[in-house]
Amino acid sequence: MTLTQSRILEIQQTAHQVREDVVRMVHAAACGHPGGPLGMADFLSTLFLEHFNLTPENRHAPDRDRFILGNGHTCAGYYALLARKGLIPQEELMSFRKFGSRLQGHPHRNLDMGIDFSTGSLGNSLSVAVGMALGARLAGYENRVYSISSDGESQEGQIWEAATSASHYRLGNLTVIVDFNNIQIDGEMRKVMDVRDLRAKYEAFGWHAMDVDGHDVLAVHDALEAAQAVTDRPSALIAHTTIGKGVSFMEGKASWHGVAPNDEQAAQALEELAQSAP
Amino acid sequence: MSTTQTLAPLATGEARKMATREAYGAALLELGAQRKDVVVLDADLSGSTKTKAFSQAHPDRFFNLGVAEANMIGTAAGLATTGLTVFASSFAMFAAGKPWEQIRQSVCVPELNVKICATHAGLTVGEDGKSHQMLEDVALMRVLPHMRVIVPADGVEAAQAVHAVAAADGPFYVRLSRASTPILFSEDYRFEIGKGAVLREGTDLCLVACGVTVAAALEAADLLAQQGTNARVINLATIDPIDTELLVQSARQCGAVLTVEEHQIRGGLGDAVAHVLVHHHPVPMDMLGMDDEFGQSGGADELLAHYGLDASSIARRAQELLRR
Ligand SMILES: Cc1ncc(C[n+]2csc(CCOP(=O)(O)OP(=O)(O)O)c2C)c(N)n1
Repeated sequence: MTLTQSRILEIQQTAHQVREDVVRMVHAAACGHPGGPLGMADFLSTLFLEHFNLTPENRHAPDRDRFILGNGHTCAGYYALLARKGLIPQEELMSFRKFGSRLQGHPHRNLDMGIDFSTGSLGNSLSVAVGMALGARLAGYENRVYSISSDGESQEGQIWEAATSASHYRLGNLTVIVDFNNIQIDGEMRKVMDVRDLRAKYEAFGWHAMDVDGHDVLAVHDALEAAQAVTDRPSALIAHTTIGKGVSFMEGKASWHGVAPNDEQAAQALEELAQSAP
Repeated sequence: MSTTQTLAPLATGEARKMATREAYGAALLELGAQRKDVVVLDADLSGSTKTKAFSQAHPDRFFNLGVAEANMIGTAAGLATTGLTVFASSFAMFAAGKPWEQIRQSVCVPELNVKICATHAGLTVGEDGKSHQMLEDVALMRVLPHMRVIVPADGVEAAQAVHAVAAADGPFYVRLSRASTPILFSEDYRFEIGKGAVLREGTDLCLVACGVTVAAALEAADLLAQQGTNARVINLATIDPIDTELLVQSARQCGAVLTVEEHQIRGGLGDAVAHVLVHHHPVPMDMLGMDDEFGQSGGADELLAHYGLDASSIARRAQELLRR
């Protein structure tokens, strides 16, 4: 079903709040990764609000949907969305990356907080998602497994081992969303190590695959629905995004992959976000 | 004594600091200018591992493999078969952990000239947390036949170690740190593969440390001296091949040994020293390090203190060992 205008606006507003949280969290931590989560805020908010069925009530239910953040360094946005879903107290977000915090620098499996899996080492995620999807099918559950990846993570060979097995086992309950922003740590992905056309690659690996504008809430929603309709193969959405989206001086810049804004930069970022609030 | 080294005068508080990865980057640049056979590989972390300066000076001899560490190690092995001296870098977790089997099969079995220089080792990675805090790499590397393992204590030693491994044929693992740590050695310090260095004389007990824990061990020896205990401090920069002679002699002269490392106790420096002493001269021994657990996010110093690797924890453990 398509989204109403007011629902689209709600999702955009959530994405906006997530962006503000991300800037505040990384600034308070004085380290971390702001760029990725700013770029992913729109498609992740669409997924979390409209599709991923996690709630505080079902967080331990075996047949709940599963989520694994392969690009674990982008977890500030993930934590912010878990807070919006009521799984983490909003105040706790500011403990991000600090000693003793549950909000580790990279996600640590904690089902109370709705965190299904530990990540941080790139390349491991999609295999785990395959295992989750196989287990769910064996149990006869109707749930879905959402695995998030990135253009950088797609350079890891294990991703393609997992992609091979996911189509071999015809995992129609598995969807991967790739944050494709053409940026990795050492610069532009096309220059560092070009992964080329990921849609074509996933198709060649036997997947249902689509390119989608990762900032277009309705397009992402439609693509997720289309993925759900394909039940005999896994689905890959290549979400084209801009790293740092919403903060002009971070947009498109590899230098904002993993550096915290200082006081002045954080203030400017929050002001810009406030001005563009939906 | 096999080697006694002089310490640079260290005025407390104003000590010069440098991360060992910085020294690595500078040494690579020198090597690149001196030797045309030196090539460098990285896996999308050249800014952090400090291979970037080399990549800019010698773009034709630098290969960024992207986020693909297993492929990087295999490629390093292939390059080495063509007669090149290959340096390969990433964070320790991804340089030693992810491609361990490739290191075993493609580098160590054929004994190829590959130098894995891994940065961001140990707890002092800090806020990135347990996924990035490599605390098992010394164990993973020292267990491999033909692999030699070096953990420099400061920037001076790291630079010399990089030159030394470039001059020696075959596989090496050099463990480097993210955090800035005090410069301990003067420029006349001479690093030698396989040799430990006595940094402070003493006969009541012997502290054996490597990497970032050497500075803490020296500080602990100061605290112990105030309590009337004279601790010898050994910097055991090469863990494999290990300096058996120095360790046995120190065990004999001091009667007790405490090892200190930013690594799992099992499989690391402590195990390596215990292995030597159990064969040659068993003495009361204790080991400080990670005791069978993973780390967590936090500041580097905060984590070292929490896991008992700061000077006062070392001194306390030393006294406990002596009371045993
Ligand atoms: C196995 C592994 N190698 C290296 C790293 C270090 N690392 C963290 S993020 C990153 C770049 C990943 O690219 P991408 O996810 O596309 O980055 P972004 O778009 O968020 O900038 C690297 C190399 C890691 N976390 N895991």
